[in-house]
Amino acid sequence: MNAVVQAKAASRHLLSGNEAVARAAWEAGVRVAAAYPGTPATEILENIALYPDIYSEWSVNEKVAVEVAIGASLAGSRALAAMKHVGMNVASDAFMTQALAGVVGGLVIVVADDVGLSSSQNEQDSRYWGRFGHLPILEPADSQEAYDMVQQAFDLSEEYEVPVIVRMTTRVCHVKGRVTFAGERWERPAAGFQKNPQRWVMTPANAKPRLPLMHERDRRLRQVAETSDLNEVFKGSDRRIGFITSGPAFMHVRETFPHAPLLKLGFSHPAPLDQIRAFAGTVDTLIVVEETEPLLETEIRAAGLDVHGKDLLPRFGELAPSVLRPAINPLLGEPWEVPNRPQSSVFPRPPTMCASCPHLGPYFALSHIRNLNIIGDIGCYTLGAGHPWNALDTCTCMGASLSMAHGMDKGRGASDAHKHIVAVIGDSTFLHMGMQGLLNMIYNRGNVTVLLLDNRSVGMTGGQENPGTGENLHGLPAPRVDFVKLVEALGVRPERIRMVDPYELPTMVKLVREEVKMEEPSVIITDRPCSLTDRFERFRSYEVIDDQCTGCGNCIDLGCPAIFVARRETVIAKNGKSKELVFARIDANACTGCHMCVETCAPDAIVQPPASNRVIRIHSHA
Amino acid sequence: MHDGIVNILVVGIGGQGVMTASEMLARTALSQGYDVKKTEVAGMAQRGGVVSSHVRFGPRIYSPQIDSGEADLLIGFEAAEALRWLPYLRPTGIAMVNTLRIAPPVVSVGLYHYPTDPIGELMAAGIEVHAFDAGAIAERLGNPKLVNTIMLGAISDHLPFPADVLKECIVTGFRAYKPKLADSNAQAFDAGREAGHAQTVSRQSGA
Repeated sequence: MNAVVQAKAASRHLLSGNEAVARAAWEAGVRVAAAYPGTPATEILENIALYPDIYSEWSVNEKVAVEVAIGASLAGSRALAAMKHVGMNVASDAFMTQALAGVVGGLVIVVADDVGLSSSQNEQDSRYWGRFGHLPILEPADSQEAYDMVQQAFDLSEEYEVPVIVRMTTRVCHVKGRVTFAGERWERPAAGFQKNPQRWVMTPANAKPRLPLMHERDRRLRQVAETSDLNEVFKGSDRRIGFITSGPAFMHVRETFPHAPLLKLGFSHPAPLDQIRAFAGTVDTLIVVEETEPLLETEIRAAGLDVHGKDLLPRFGELAPSVLRPAINPLLGEPWEVPNRPQSSVFPRPPTMCASCPHLGPYFALSHIRNLNIIGDIGCYTLGAGHPWNALDTCTCMGASLSMAHGMDKGRGASDAHKHIVAVIGDSTFLHMGMQGLLNMIYNRGNVTVLLLDNRSVGMTGGQENPGTGENLHGLPAPRVDFVKLVEALGVRPERIRMVDPYELPTMVKLVREEVKMEEPSVIITDRPCSLTDRFERFRSYEVIDDQCTGCGNCIDLGCPAIFVARRETVIAKNGKSKELVFARIDANACTGCHMCVETCAPDAIVQPPASNRVIRIHSHA
Repeated sequence: MHDGIVNILVVGIGGQGVMTASEMLARTALSQGYDVKKTEVAGMAQRGGVVSSHVRFGPRIYSPQIDSGEADLLIGFEAAEALRWLPYLRPTGIAMVNTLRIAPPVVSVGLYHYPTDPIGELMAAGIEVHAFDAGAIAERLGNPKLVNTIMLGAISDHLPFPADVLKECIVTGFRAYKPKLADSNAQAFDAGREAGHAQTVSRQSGA
């Protein structure tokens, strides 16, 4: 059992923001928690799962997670849903209406904005959702505040019958800091669902009278913000510049300008405009520092105050002392010269696929077949856009590959007349939002070859479970979806559903070649587990017999990070042209014996060391 | 150390144990009564990408990030990575570097070159450099995963608390969760500490 789970009140811990949220949810008496994995929010549910008093689940997507939380709230339980910023786009349909109906048991949505795009396809400021959906927003700046604010968020949610957004960023979720626990769990039994169709059945007739109530709630919440202890003034001694900040921006301002007066907004929406006005009167120049969009700044300016903000500071990316100093010091008449240090010229080291990754086979195949437009999706397989495969042409959002591929098929230009359209999607992404795209393609008689890369995990976020893995969040057995039956039920003809072992490269290449030529949708399903999960079985490593290696470089094309270039030689080929030979070497520590590279090696120079008499198990499918 | 704050940057490649090492430093600092913050960009880092973990401790820590030029200690788990993060080190800083070289696929396919002498370049920058082959020590001790404990042992005499406090924190953790590994990690720590002392120290003039 995790030490934090058993920890008593008043104990002190080094916790990430995500771990602090989990502990706070437990103490607040949360009974139901749901999420879909997504960086940087994934660990919230992983840590909540450690507390046996809370029912917790991986939901199939963020909308489902929020709906599960809403249902639990209507049953009278405190409930929490967690997601990364793009998850809010998916979930918004649910909470935009529930914001009108309201909640019973406290309902908190913890959203993690990946400011700086450490592992995301875009950058979004989720604080917009508070404005859009009429939901209050709390913004913790570190782990201790995440712990404190999540508990306050539940009280606020219940008192005002409103879902509350706790807005985190990567630098709150993944920063570890000191947290002191105030208490232990406070059990809050569910009150039970009270039927009230006028309140809970959002027909136009029932929803309409909720609108003025929602606006009245906004007004009352603004009054709460005006006196909330989450909004704190730091007096400071140098009043030439005063700051209004929220979230982790507070930390950077405090670090950089420790003597400046500062109003820190923990309860940042609805913004306490009277308090802001009063604070503005105590400083010569007011600067709003927020990540990332100028939301507070715009509202403060609209309230008639003269402020600086994004005129000085960047509107995207992470703030840091190194960003604040050069932007703000000139206002103090103290220009900051960016130190002129020699910049490193070291090669880039982009993330890559792993040794034995079951995606290597499909990408080897895709990179060897011409005339494909390859429409990608969100997952480790997005890395197929990189070297050496260069075999992914788009990536937009969860599940988009199938529908975008269908659209590309229907909207073909003359230059694409001879092209085959391929969609690449993983198991979890397919179940999250991809299968609707396949259903749509079948229904509308599209023609796309789908590669459903089933590695039995949510790989990119660290190998979480999903309905395709056979286990749940707690590692307990769960019904496993049958992808073959599922895609057949959606309308793919059985002849066009092909199961393949992605390690069998010749079969992999042959299957893709065959299926792209078909005049109807095909689904090729791979079935090897992610090599970073426990489901993966490691075999004895291989080695290259140096004097048998001909330098053809085919194994390098696989993109396996266990294969290195031993040496290069330039030779003159029979046709008189010079040709570069690339001789390979396998790192025995990194190689996990998947044997894919063996299939690329014509001279049989890749072998298992002679001591081994173990035979690699290859399963084949009819 | 400035204003009583210690900034340590731990760098390497996904999967090398960088985050575990920085976690140990942060926990030990917390146990010594410091305010602590530790941050890294995770997410895709596990897939063989660059990992940098920032550990800051002192009387009160606000921003979790170490700015360029403000690290007191740089712990490099791989030679080129240490060189990549060199601009983060103060001119008075110390670099403790594992001489391991790992070339990524972009180097294998010939798009980029691996620096010929990364340790030499570090030394030429005028900082204090300690470099040794932590992998060889780990291999001698029978477990390649010991590299991060070896690196922690190597840096342990440059911290504001006794080396044994860090060692105890590491070993206690193993005793609680992986008792079989407690002894080998204690040995690894001592071996790293010795290696950190024995290796050539360089502080050349001029940058």
